[in-house]
Amino acid sequence: MRKSVLAAGAALLLAAVPAAAQQKSVKIGFISTFSGPTAVIGNDMRNAFELALDQMGRKMGGLPVEVVYEDDQQKPEVGKQKTEKMIESDKVDFIVGYIWSNVLLASVKPIVDSKTFLVVANAGATQVAGELCSPYIFSTSWTNDQTPQAVAAYMDKKGIKTVYLIGPNYAAGKENLGGMKTFFKGKVVGEDYTKWPDQLDFSAELSKARAANPDAIYTFYPGAAGVQFLNQYAQAGMQGKIPLYSTFVVDSLSLPRQKDAALGIMTAYQWGADLPNDANKKFVSGFMEKYKSEPSFYGAQAYDAANLVASAVAGVKGDLSKKDAVQAALKKADFKSVRGAFKFGNNNYPVQNFYMQEVVKDGANYKLKTVATAMENASDPHHGKCSMK
Amino acid sequence: MLLFLEQCLNGLQFGLLLFLLAAGLTLVFGIMDLVNLAHGSLYMMGAYFGATFTALTGSYLGGIAIALVATLLLGMAVEVIAMRRLYGRDHLDHVLGTFGLILFFNELVRLIWGPAGMNLTLPGWLNTSIEILPGVNYSMYRLAIIVVALGVALGLYLVVMRTRIGMLIRAGASNREMTGALGINIKLLYTFVFGVGAALAGLAGMMQAAILTAQIGMGENILILAFVVIIIGGIGSIRGAFIASIFAGLIDTVGRAVIPDVLKLVLSPSAASTAGPALSSMLIYLLMAIVLVVRPAGLFPAPGNR
Repeated sequence: MRKSVLAAGAALLLAAVPAAAQQKSVKIGFISTFSGPTAVIGNDMRNAFELALDQMGRKMGGLPVEVVYEDDQQKPEVGKQKTEKMIESDKVDFIVGYIWSNVLLASVKPIVDSKTFLVVANAGATQVAGELCSPYIFSTSWTNDQTPQAVAAYMDKKGIKTVYLIGPNYAAGKENLGGMKTFFKGKVVGEDYTKWPDQLDFSAELSKARAANPDAIYTFYPGAAGVQFLNQYAQAGMQGKIPLYSTFVVDSLSLPRQKDAALGIMTAYQWGADLPNDANKKFVSGFMEKYKSEPSFYGAQAYDAANLVASAVAGVKGDLSKKDAVQAALKKADFKSVRGAFKFGNNNYPVQNFYMQEVVKDGANYKLKTVATAMENASDPHHGKCSMK
Repeated sequence: MLLFLEQCLNGLQFGLLLFLLAAGLTLVFGIMDLVNLAHGSLYMMGAYFGATFTALTGSYLGGIAIALVATLLLGMAVEVIAMRRLYGRDHLDHVLGTFGLILFFNELVRLIWGPAGMNLTLPGWLNTSIEILPGVNYSMYRLAIIVVALGVALGLYLVVMRTRIGMLIRAGASNREMTGALGINIKLLYTFVFGVGAALAGLAGMMQAAILTAQIGMGENILILAFVVIIIGGIGSIRGAFIASIFAGLIDTVGRAVIPDVLKLVLSPSAASTAGPALSSMLIYLLMAIVLVVRPAGLFPAPGNR
């Protein structure tokens, strides 16, 4: 199958694009989590990536596309090993993916050393945007503290004066809650860090938060813990009484399990299924048609990554041998992002809007509805630490 | 003060849940001298049964009743098929054998229900809060757990202390060989006790499922605590398990609530927020160490196990 696709592509290539004769195909390595309880995220990203490839006829700049998928098992050491395998034995031109900051941090060095191009489609480790920035690294997502920054800005606008923070006691939890503490102008009346990942009963923390009587509660619990937190929040009778702001707790992957417990919850993303631009409509309707479910922001970022890579390959007319030219073509970001306006800052991280979204019920389904713009044309807070101009 | 009261209720609720798990474990350990690591798997199966049957029947109480019977039968089947071959053997064989069961059940759940976990949806009358004191709202569901678990504890006490079968159970916990020598059908007694222990674990699992969701591996975390509880309480003693569970629940919850705040008085906030959760999760083990120093056989050891 793959051989015949390749052969057909090569024949077409010889006829149509003589300039890129030495390049037979575009090879992309896609690393994400495809096993374990978070496989649902990796699958969503792969589905969106595949959709983007289908929509471009599985060709970039006239060249056929080959994708190698690898599972990082959510483990840094496995992710690094798979990354090295892609560089050394698959000899990929681009690497795309990464959900987890710790996996990304472990894998960055071999990528940059081998001068392979990396498009990060989720992981928001702040160092990669700052000190570790590189002309070979691009991102279609954000840094870990940006979404809490957006939520903080919105809470300020809403006149919220006091907030209580609850989050998991590990690196990303502290970076995330730290982002809220840095950017929220009101007062943080209390903060609790729970043992991660084994503490799943938040009764003591919720009781304390309610007794502190804050204007709002802010939380960050990715994955299954988010479902549990919302269940207990509702059972404690706090839903609808103390507003709950969150990041990475509600998304289209978790909502089918959170259901009513998620209603009214506010969150921030750089993308929403309801953003009214043509690229997004094409993405969302294509996704719904092919996979019968709504895409998540993870998928949106992977979809953008595919289109970004395609725009660069087209920009150099399929000639991937000159690294400088590919770099410049990527940096142009000459594609229609599903989030609307999109350009890269000095550190190759997007300068983009962040939107506040609220969980609403739409018939039998639960959806995120964009209700406001929290930040416009926001650069990440770490671009100053990047040495690139 | 009101907050402290609320935290005590939270601790009591957690402690009673722990008791349901520990009761079966301590009976099985005490009577059959069997180290059953797979007790947590029965707890997990209870959670999945609860979630499945309430969804299938559309009735919360009906689903729970079916799930209870299902875990009872499952426990008896596990005893007949697997545990029986382990009784005469070394504790290390128990650990290996029941660890194998953990892996078996985890994979089984993955095959049947998939890796994503399952929610148990509560009916509206449970999914609210209730004003227990002026100005203090408390989760109706957690209150219900407290009431149900206290009822089960009382029932267990009456059965073990006041009935013939309870006498056999106590006799078995004190001296297995002698009980058998007196012509009691030990095999049947074992199957029965194991089944009841499984049903209690399953009940804990299905009550917890509405709070935590049913998930693969959910039993392993709480099993360690349950073992700590039965060691503190004295192996084979229901009363010991009860008191130790309540202690453990209160210490865990109140410690988690209070310690980080106390530490903030003496340490910088960032150091306190790092040390607080670590220290509060250690408290129960400290309690166990102290109890073992003072009373090596636990608080209320069964008479034969001194």
